[in-house]
Amino acid sequence: MADKVILLSSWVSAFGLRVQIALAEKEVDYEFREENLFDKSPLLLELNPVHKKIPVLIHNGKPVCESSVIIQYIDEVWTNGPSLLPQDPLQRANARFWADFVDKMIYQCGSRVWKNKGDAQAAAKKELIGILKQLEGELGEKPFFGGETLGYVDIVLVPFSSWFYTYETFGGFSIEKECPKLLAWVRRCNERESVSKVLPDRHKVYERTCGLKKRLGLE
Amino acid sequence: MAEAEVKLLGTWSSPFVLRIKWALKLKGVEYDFIEEDLQNKSPLLLKYNPVHKKVPVLVHDGKSIAESYVILEYIDETWKENPILPEDPYQRAMARFWSKFGDEKFLPSMWKFFISQGEKREEALVSASENLKILEGELKGKKFFNGETLGFADISLGWIVDTVSLLEEIMELKMIDEQRYPSLSAWMKNFSDFPGIKDSFPPQERMLTKYRTLREAYFATTRGTN
Repeated sequence: MADKVILLSSWVSAFGLRVQIALAEKEVDYEFREENLFDKSPLLLELNPVHKKIPVLIHNGKPVCESSVIIQYIDEVWTNGPSLLPQDPLQRANARFWADFVDKMIYQCGSRVWKNKGDAQAAAKKELIGILKQLEGELGEKPFFGGETLGYVDIVLVPFSSWFYTYETFGGFSIEKECPKLLAWVRRCNERESVSKVLPDRHKVYERTCGLKKRLGLE
Repeated sequence: MAEAEVKLLGTWSSPFVLRIKWALKLKGVEYDFIEEDLQNKSPLLLKYNPVHKKVPVLVHDGKSIAESYVILEYIDETWKENPILPEDPYQRAMARFWSKFGDEKFLPSMWKFFISQGEKREEALVSASENLKILEGELKGKKFFNGETLGFADISLGWIVDTVSLLEEIMELKMIDEQRYPSLSAWMKNFSDFPGIKDSFPPQERMLTKYRTLREAYFATTRGTN
């Protein structure tokens, strides 16, 4: 029986994009369904009643929610593609740790950069630079966080690169200047089709954020 | 004398540390427990968890692992006896999902309820109760979140067993009663009776004092600002 895979997500969600990259790495065919986050579909509300959030992966009718849970599920189900997580337990722990770090830190800090002004924004900007530098430190001299090839941490982090221009423009700083090795890593990731075909244009993300700010009354 | 190859850095009261103790006990792994003073963090803690400087931290053959879920998965992958996660990928995804729910939604809602006053307290109670209903719904018909035996989600949610009773005593109300939450009530008993879990909870009197003090401190900082 052929697998039926559907992904409920949004073109601009960093959490959804990472699932798309994982599916592409494993060469899994799937149907992408764009959700309007201001008018969520009955299917989304039915399949993720607890959080009502995207992404939701639907595999042969069964839903999996939470992006980090979904990516590990993809890695465990489609085992003939490249392994997204390393084999060794200690390296797997390290990958999970840094993926968790990305999850805890970037979204909330980055959001504070574009949502706030003045001192609050300056503080968020400083914090974001600190977070990105820590990640740069973890990358070290490796081509990817996963070593020689793209892995779990790379997949979890790289979608946020589409948001860098937004953070930089609102915050008035240059991520390239602060973290040149990280930007080199972003370019390296984009050499893979699984990444380049999926990541949205940074200007579109910026425009969408401007619209969102207006809608939320944050101008 | 050879040094213990497994060390656990933690505190006597942390529910995140307790879940690691449970996992190690279930797997029959011997370890050295190192009590940390979080007001005065040791060089060891800062060395082994430089990023977050928090407990728990597991040190195995000199290599450190931090973040309780990461540690649980590491323990399960390293010591194969008595698996904590099921084999089936979908069941594993469910276990991970419910663990995250416990920490990222339920725990904050319980905490908010515990430290709130007035109108905010009423709102917080509604939110915490909704989360309890969700857990009750997930458990229905099962002895454990993992099925017939205790597993990953149970270990992650196990803090509910003593902490909720504690908060109930301090707040003088019953949150998890048998009538509204029959499955959760049964689960709490099954969990605390499970070999290895029994008698493992931190001393209740000491916990009561600690949480009462914490609550008073929160009330004192918000007094006059509502």
